[in-house]
Amino acid sequence: MKIKNFIITFVSAIALLLSTSTISFAKVVGDKIVLGAAVSLTGKYSSNGVHTQNGYNIAVERINSMGGVKVDGKSYKFEIIYYDDESNSGRAAQLAERLIKQDGVQYMLGPYSSGLTKAMAPVTEKYQVPMVEANGASRSLFTKGYKYLFAVLAPANLYLDVAIDTAVEKNGGKPVRIAMAFEQDAFSQDVRLGIVEAAKRTGSKIIIDDKLPKELNDMAATLSKVKATKPDVLVVSGHTKGALTAIRQISEMKVDVPMLAMTHCDAAKLSKQHGKASEYALCASQWHKSLSYRDNYFGGGMEYAADFKKMFDYDPPYQSAESSAALLVFKDAFERANSFDTKKVRDALAATEMQTFYGNIKFAPGGQNISKPMVLFQVICNDDGSKCENKVVAPLKWASAELVHPIPKWSDR
Amino acid sequence: MDFLIFQAPMLMVQASIDGILLGILFALIAYGMALQWGVMNIINIAQGELVIMGGYIAYFMYLSGIHPAFGVIVSPIIMYFVGVGMYKLVINKVVDRDLFISILATFGISILAQQLMNFAFGADVVVAQSNFGTTMLFDGMVTIPNAKIFSGLVCIIAAIILVIYMKKSKLGRAIRATAQNARAAKILGVDTEKVYASTFGINAALCGIAGACIAITFTLHPYTGLPYTVRSFMIVIIAGLGNLPAVAISGMGLGVFEEWADYLIGTEFRIAAVFSLLVIILVYRRFKLSRKREYLK
Repeated sequence: MKIKNFIITFVSAIALLLSTSTISFAKVVGDKIVLGAAVSLTGKYSSNGVHTQNGYNIAVERINSMGGVKVDGKSYKFEIIYYDDESNSGRAAQLAERLIKQDGVQYMLGPYSSGLTKAMAPVTEKYQVPMVEANGASRSLFTKGYKYLFAVLAPANLYLDVAIDTAVEKNGGKPVRIAMAFEQDAFSQDVRLGIVEAAKRTGSKIIIDDKLPKELNDMAATLSKVKATKPDVLVVSGHTKGALTAIRQISEMKVDVPMLAMTHCDAAKLSKQHGKASEYALCASQWHKSLSYRDNYFGGGMEYAADFKKMFDYDPPYQSAESSAALLVFKDAFERANSFDTKKVRDALAATEMQTFYGNIKFAPGGQNISKPMVLFQVICNDDGSKCENKVVAPLKWASAELVHPIPKWSDR
Repeated sequence: MDFLIFQAPMLMVQASIDGILLGILFALIAYGMALQWGVMNIINIAQGELVIMGGYIAYFMYLSGIHPAFGVIVSPIIMYFVGVGMYKLVINKVVDRDLFISILATFGISILAQQLMNFAFGADVVVAQSNFGTTMLFDGMVTIPNAKIFSGLVCIIAAIILVIYMKKSKLGRAIRATAQNARAAKILGVDTEKVYASTFGINAALCGIAGACIAITFTLHPYTGLPYTVRSFMIVIIAGLGNLPAVAISGMGLGVFEEWADYLIGTEFRIAAVFSLLVIILVYRRFKLSRKREYLK
C-alpha cells in the first residue's frame, strides 16, 4: 500500500513538474511571437467566428511574408493558437485562462461578439495580458477601466447616430421624429443609447421606443405602430435575426418610412436573402472596401477585398477586416515597444496612432478606437432586383453614391 | 404615446388578426405535443427543434428552386420518418419510465439536434421567400401578409385532417385506445409499440408542417427552437391533453393576448405578460379545484 502511495505521489509530482515547465515556453518561441485567440468555430456565432479567424489568418500570412515583426534588430513571425469557444461566454473565459496559464500566451486577440469579449476581458486584465480585440463594440467594455484591452472598432453607441444626423440634415436641419426597435441585449441597447444621445443633441423626438425580447422573431406590432405614427426615421437593431425579420415584415406590411437604418445587414446577407425588398435600407458598418484608407501591408480596401476573396472565396465582411487590423496594430506596437515585455507592449498599444486599410486607429483611455467614424451604406438594387450593391452614402467624405431619401413608397416600388 | 391602440382603432383589428394567425401556428405545434403527451406520457423538449428541422427542409427546397410552400407537403413526410427513427433510437427506451427520464432524454435530443443542425446548415439566420404578396384591408390600414394567411389555412387543414383521421382510421382508434389505457389496449391486440412509433411520427410531421410555415413567415436558425417548445408547452398546460378545440382556442387566445400586451404595456413585457397569464390561470385552476374538493367532502 505504501509503495502504491509512493508511486502515485511520485508520478503526480512529475506530472506537475512537466505541466509547470511548459509555462516557460510561451509568448516568444524561437523566431515566433505566439498570440492566443478563442473564437467561435461552433455554436450560434460560428459564421462570424470564422470571419474573425479568416481575418486574423490573412493578416498573419501577410505580415509574415512581408518580413514579419522587427524587434531589437531581429525579425519574428506571428503565430496564433486558436481554441473554439463554442459561442459560450463561460467557455471563452475558461479558454482565456487556459491560453494564459497553460499555453503561456502573453498577447491575446479578441473573440467574436461583445458578450464573449466581456467574459474574457477580466481574465486578461487579471494576468495583465494585452488583448487587442476587433469584435466587441459594447460600450460597457470601455467603461470598466480596463488597462489591457484595446478595440480597433468604434463603440456600439456610435453605430447609428450618423443616421440621425443625416435625417436631420435632410429635414432641413429641423429635428425629426424617431421610431426605434432594439433587441434586449448588451450590444443593441448600446446602439439605442447612441440614438437617444443623438436625439437629445439634435432636439429630435423619440415617438416609439420598443425593446424586442431576444426570442422574438415577430415585429408586426412594432411595425403597426410605425405605420400609425409615421415617423421620419425607423431604427432597428437586433443582430442578423432582427435585420432579416425587419426587412421581411416591413416589405410584407408595406410600411412606408422615409429612412430605415439598421445594423448587421452585412452579416445577415440582407440583400442576398431579401433581394429588392431590402433596397434603400441604410446599414451601419465599421468598414467598407471603397473607403480610401491605406497601409503598407494590404494597400487599400479594394486590394484587401480582392486578396481576401482569392484566399477564402467570399467577399470579406467588416468583421474580417477589423480582425485583420488587430494584427497590424499588434505588429506596430511590438516594433515601437522594441521589446516583448507585456507592460511595454501595453504602453505602446496605448500610444498607437496609425492608419490601416481598415481605418485610423487611436485608442481612448478606455480602450476604444476614437479616430475611426462609422460609415453608412445604402442597399441599392438594379431594376429586377437580381443584383444589389452596398453603396457608402455617409459620412459625405467617403460617399460613393448619393443617399436616396426619402425612400419611395411601396405603392410606387 | 400611451395606448396608441385606442387612438387608432384599426390597430385593434391588426393586432387581433396578427395574434390569431400567430396563434394558429403555435396551436398546431401544441396539438402535436398534446397528442404524444397524452398517448405516451412524454413531454418532448425537442419539439422546437423538430419545427426548425421541418423549416430547413422547406428552406432547402427553396434553395434548389422549388417554391417553399410545397414544404408543407414534403416536410411532414420526411419529418414523419425522422420522428419514427427518433422513437426507435431513443424514445422507446424511456417511454414507460417516469416523466423526468423522458424530459432528460428529449432535452438531450434537443441539444444534439441543435448542434447537428448548426453543423449541417450553418449558423446563419435564413429565410425562404414565398413572394405571396400582401392583402390590404380598410384602405391599406390593415395589412396581412398572404404567407401568414397561407400558413394559417394550412395549419387549420392539417388539424382537421388529423381529427378525422383519429376518429375514423384504424390507427387513429388504436392511438386513442392506447391513450386511454395502454395495458388494456395491448391485451385487446393493439400493437402499442407501433402506435407509439406512429404517434411520435405524427407529432414530428405536424412540427414539419409548422416549420415549413415558419420558413416562409419568420426566420430560421438552429438555436431558435426553444421558444416554440415553451409556447406549445404552455398552450397544452392551459388547454389540457386530448382536447383539440381547447388547444386551438388557447393558442389563438395567447397570440391575441400577446399582441395586445405589446400595445398596452410595451414590447419588452409581452412575453412576461404571457407568462404572468399562465401563472394566473394555474393559480385560478388550483383555487377552483380546491373548492370542488371541499364540496365533495
